Amino acid sequence: MHDIVLLNDIYKIYTMGEFKVTALKGVSLSIKKGEFVAIMGASGSGKSTLMNILGCLDSPTKGKYYLEGVEVSRFSKNELAEIRNKKLGFVFQNFNLLSRTTVVENIELPFIYSKKISKNDIDKIHHIMRILGLDGFQKHYPNQLSGGQQQRVAIARAIVNDPTLLLADEPTGNLDSATSKDVMSVLTNLNQNLGITIVLVTHETDIAGYTRRVVVLKDGKVLSDTPSSSSAIPVVRAP
Amino acid sequence: MTALFKIALRAIKRNKLRSSLTILGIVIGVGAVIVMVSIGQGAKAFVEKQLESLGTNVLIIIPISTTHAAARGTTGIITLTAEDAFAMVKECSAISYVSPGIRTTTQVVYGNMNWTTGVSGAGPDYQIIRNWTLHGGRFITQQDVNTMAKVCVLGQTVVTNLFGALDPIDRWVRVNNIPFKVVGVLSAKGQSPTGQDQDDMVLMPYTTVQRKIMGVTYISYVLASSTTAESRFEAIDQITSLLRQRHRLRPNEENDFTVISQVEFASTVMETSHTMTVLLGSIAFVSLFVGGIGIMNIMLVSTTERTREIGIRMAVGAKEKDILFQFLIEATVLSSIGGVVGIILGIFTSKLVSYYGGWPSLLSSPSVAVAFLFSNMVGIFFGYYPAKKASRLNPIDALRYE
Repeated sequence: MHDIVLLNDIYKIYTMGEFKVTALKGVSLSIKKGEFVAIMGASGSGKSTLMNILGCLDSPTKGKYYLEGVEVSRFSKNELAEIRNKKLGFVFQNFNLLSRTTVVENIELPFIYSKKISKNDIDKIHHIMRILGLDGFQKHYPNQLSGGQQQRVAIARAIVNDPTLLLADEPTGNLDSATSKDVMSVLTNLNQNLGITIVLVTHETDIAGYTRRVVVLKDGKVLSDTPSSSSAIPVVRAP
Repeated sequence: MTALFKIALRAIKRNKLRSSLTILGIVIGVGAVIVMVSIGQGAKAFVEKQLESLGTNVLIIIPISTTHAAARGTTGIITLTAEDAFAMVKECSAISYVSPGIRTTTQVVYGNMNWTTGVSGAGPDYQIIRNWTLHGGRFITQQDVNTMAKVCVLGQTVVTNLFGALDPIDRWVRVNNIPFKVVGVLSAKGQSPTGQDQDDMVLMPYTTVQRKIMGVTYISYVLASSTTAESRFEAIDQITSLLRQRHRLRPNEENDFTVISQVEFASTVMETSHTMTVLLGSIAFVSLFVGGIGIMNIMLVSTTERTREIGIRMAVGAKEKDILFQFLIEATVLSSIGGVVGIILGIFTSKLVSYYGGWPSLLSSPSVAVAFLFSNMVGIFFGYYPAKKASRLNPIDALRYE
């Protein structure tokens, strides 16, 4: 069985005027289906850059990125948009919901750019909302919801297109510890019960503790790649 | 696409005041286009109606008092005579009919009724030149002219006002206390394009008007018709040289008459309306341009304000063209709303102009369609740059935008 994500010697070099900043210096990484991976590192370690590349928001300067066996590292902007739409889901630190747009409309956003919304899709949105405890908030606006609820809406939006990979960038960064726990248990549930592969960027060790594998970056390189120590669930490796 | 329309409409609704200020330029521009077109077309229709009613081959020769005469301290001597008119039809190959004319305004009396109207002296060919038909009786004959017969032909308005329901034929009316026998009644022609009642008139032999009513020997104009509409220029030349010769004008003397063609009169009207069209056209152009820039400006502000929204949309899979269309549709919907409001305003204004200004206006649905299309094009043209700029945003930067 092949890996969902395969990064092969990824470099990302930013040119700022005369300066060249190498954010990633040869990162190789493979992630299998159903994994729950935390990417950790100090600021400037390259974890955001890695996240952007994993999320097809950016292309690597050098190296190859295979997503489900397809090399996407040389895809055009439009092709990347298509990949994001079909295969990826995003959860951001600041939720990134459309204001003055209802919860349902926020969740169905990925569909707008791929197809006509069918009865099935509407049922699916309701189903997801029920799972995430958002029932009854369909017509609410994001600013009428608590931070935790907003993040659940963002999660609902991220999984509505059955993504191959769910990317969460500091999903608890703007939340208090109780709500953080709540959101993390939602993500853990999605991983365990629905088998959604999740990559999570965080700088908090206890948040990383919810995952089953921790990749630590330093200066644009992988410093360590270990099973999560505090995880209650044993790491399942594919044979 | 439907979804993109919904997004655009929602964005416009969100900023009602801003949106309405944005479309103001377009409203004025399209309004001016509508007024321009309706006045232009109205003038054209007016002229066509005028030509139709007066005839494209009708020429009017009127005397003008010369500077020479004015220098002698007189009000000028009128030199045009009935003989000039007959010479025209005899000598000028391009002239087929002439009628000497003289006109005065006086009171016509029947029984205890009276009516002040224009009395026109005419020859027998007047009926052919002006294309009158008779409602009853007969027209003025050559013999009436020769004998200065005390006969008259009445227009319908005069009949209504003097006789009511009576048949006026063979009854007698009095002008200057002289009895005139009514020999004919003209069919109604209605209003002239300039708004005059063409039926408010009494026709008599011109000799009768000259001698019995006014006591003069001159005539005040000659009506002539050229053989065809095209030969009118030839006819004007022939008349001019004939009259110069008959009036013994030296080469350095100015004409003591002028020849007016209905077509030339019509083209004067056309020129006036053309000037107005150009004026309104430039107003329309400038307002549409300024309106377009207004839309571009607001769209630039709007796309900057909504950078993060663009980033979110891109993150969930919006392609460049999706973002481009979203903002392009927004700009186009804005300008179309402006277009519709402008069309309504324009129709209202042109109705007002024709009502109070007495200027004819005519509006056709193609011109409305063109104005609407034009407003759309303004939206697309000026909305393209901001939309393109938005679509080119880098999703990472857009997501981080505060």
